[in-house]
Amino acid sequence: MSTQFTPGSEPDRSQSAPPRYVAEDEWYGTEAEYEYEDYGVTPMFEPRQLTQALGWFSIALGFTELVAPRALGRAIGVGEQPTLIRLCGVREIVSGIGMLSERYPSKWAMARVAGDAIDLALLGAATRQPDADRTRIALAASAVAGVAALDVFASRQLESVESAHAPVAIVAKAITINSSPETLYRFWRNLENFPRFMRHLEEVRMTGERTSHWVAKAPAGTRLEWDAEIVEDEASSRIAWRTLPGSSVEHEGVVSFEPAPAGRGTIVRVSMSYVPPAGKVGVQVAKLFGEEPGVQIDDDLRRMKQLIETGEIATTEGQPSGRRSVLGRTTLGRWLS
Amino acid sequence: MKAVCWQGIGKVGVEHVPDPHIINPRDAVVRVTSTAICGSDLHLYNGYIPTVYRGDILGHEFMGEVVEVGSGVSNLSVGDRVVVPFPIACGNCFFCGTEQFSLCENSNPNAHIAEKMWGHSPAGIFGYSHMLGGYAGGQAEYVRVPFADVGPIKVPDTLTDEQVLFLSDVLPTGYMAAENCDIDEGDTVAVWGCGPVGLFAIASARLLGAGRIIAIDRFPERLRKAREAGAETLNYESTDVLSALKEMTGGRGPDACIDAVGMEAHMHGPIGAYDRVKQAMRLETDRPSALREAIMACRKGGTLSVPGVYGGLIDKIPFGAIVNKALKVKSGQTHVQHYMRPLLERIERGDIDPSFIVSHRLRLDDAPLAYEAFRDKEDDCIKVVMTP
Repeated sequence: MSTQFTPGSEPDRSQSAPPRYVAEDEWYGTEAEYEYEDYGVTPMFEPRQLTQALGWFSIALGFTELVAPRALGRAIGVGEQPTLIRLCGVREIVSGIGMLSERYPSKWAMARVAGDAIDLALLGAATRQPDADRTRIALAASAVAGVAALDVFASRQLESVESAHAPVAIVAKAITINSSPETLYRFWRNLENFPRFMRHLEEVRMTGERTSHWVAKAPAGTRLEWDAEIVEDEASSRIAWRTLPGSSVEHEGVVSFEPAPAGRGTIVRVSMSYVPPAGKVGVQVAKLFGEEPGVQIDDDLRRMKQLIETGEIATTEGQPSGRRSVLGRTTLGRWLS
Repeated sequence: MKAVCWQGIGKVGVEHVPDPHIINPRDAVVRVTSTAICGSDLHLYNGYIPTVYRGDILGHEFMGEVVEVGSGVSNLSVGDRVVVPFPIACGNCFFCGTEQFSLCENSNPNAHIAEKMWGHSPAGIFGYSHMLGGYAGGQAEYVRVPFADVGPIKVPDTLTDEQVLFLSDVLPTGYMAAENCDIDEGDTVAVWGCGPVGLFAIASARLLGAGRIIAIDRFPERLRKAREAGAETLNYESTDVLSALKEMTGGRGPDACIDAVGMEAHMHGPIGAYDRVKQAMRLETDRPSALREAIMACRKGGTLSVPGVYGGLIDKIPFGAIVNKALKVKSGQTHVQHYMRPLLERIERGDIDPSFIVSHRLRLDDAPLAYEAFRDKEDDCIKVVMTP
């Protein structure tokens, strides 16, 4: 069984091998297929469908609890508990919407498991009520237990899929440049040009025909160094590089040059993936320092275009200004200055 | 040097700042001899353009003398007298190649901010917010001019500053607005707003063969200038503009309508109040009452030309009228570099003397007063020219 994923959430991290090379047709819009076995999980349900089904079930149940708490209470044999049942309804609706929103679905599935536990505890407590119907309560409890089993299953499955994706950052961007594929290929083939437009790079030194040594500025004034090699090299069309095994950073990239329609220059497509230092934490740290990979590559490519087309990089650094506000470039600074 | 700095909403001041210098090879530094306040500077002054911050040097209409050129500029020399276009354009990209200079792909270092706002980034502009580049502006004694080999145009000493200064923005802007109307001989053109851009749009429409021009404003002095430029006028405070236009055009409506007002339009009654409240609450960024009226007034199959500046989101636009009346809509920041030379030739020939719009001549030191007078239209203020 297989399912579809969009690029950006994709790479195979099942083994300790470096990130899988990203093929060109996976960069832009084309959805690639991946086998579930890649993640070491054999699914009975497609996780997304299960999440959706549980989400809608949650909302439907919550709605019933909210609008007809007395009828529901009688049906499951717990008697008159409208306020408590309504509160459960609100909880069900919130977790249902959470699951449908598809952000962190595994966390929401866990929230549903916790909700199921509360439901079972409440049903247990209800058996001591004077107006309780124990047969009905037992039936309701077995239904809740069944749903709980599904919730546990869904959250585990989602979690394993999510964690298989999380640590690799992939960015794929395209830009059109008024120049020929040949010129652009030559510019990129000399990797030593990279620091001229990639702001976070301090130096790239070619150490051989295909090998290079990279020095990057890392958050908090530190530095990262690694060695890389060119793994694909097609004149005027495509260059791919990746870090050598054992480097402190796992990084790879590919750039392709293709003539734009009607002689309007060259379309440059760049895809890079890397494992940020310390996995997820690294991304957080990087964001904190404004080093978010997507935005950064966009800006880097724009600077490259400026350099190739105009011979210089547009900037305002070093120009005069009047007294700045202590609040700087903030909305508050605008209003209070 | 002295420079006019944004100091908060409704507040500008003249501050002492460091002199600019060459940063990139294709830069030049210009000593400003004349600089004007644009109607669109009032949008900054009134705080309606985001990403303008305390200390930003304002001004995008200026001219002067070249005092320094970078190693990449071969067509200018120290001492040249030049007018500088307000959009900064590289001359090398696809858009510059097709003469759409205000869409230059390479001149905005903060393109990512503009992309968030509009999907793509236009050219950088002098002194007009950080999302449009954050370039220090020309209401100063000196300005750094990037891509100086593309933008600035040399002007002959036989013409005065006031005759050529407006080549930097408002004259080409009014001209492009009229050109965008695709005027056929004898067409009727209606122009909302008789500020400098509206007045130049009127003059340009006349040059391009319009048979009849109807101008709409509320300030008597502006309406008088519009009549001098060859328009019939309507005061929207005392006239129902829509029915007047219909009646004047035999029920058909003007062939083309120009909105030379933009995002801070005034309108009376409940609709005007609605837009003021929504804009003040930041529920819409722009007040589009002139635009709405122009759409409703325009003849079927006619053209709507929008030189007025809009920054973001507007409300209650009768888009159904655009579709069902098959209107053509044209807009854009002006491709000034494309228009400067032919318009300079027209000025030299005497077809047009742009200095007629100047109402106030002040020193740069008086900028705070000048902004206030221009905002409040005190003392028939139409156009302020400042000299350092």
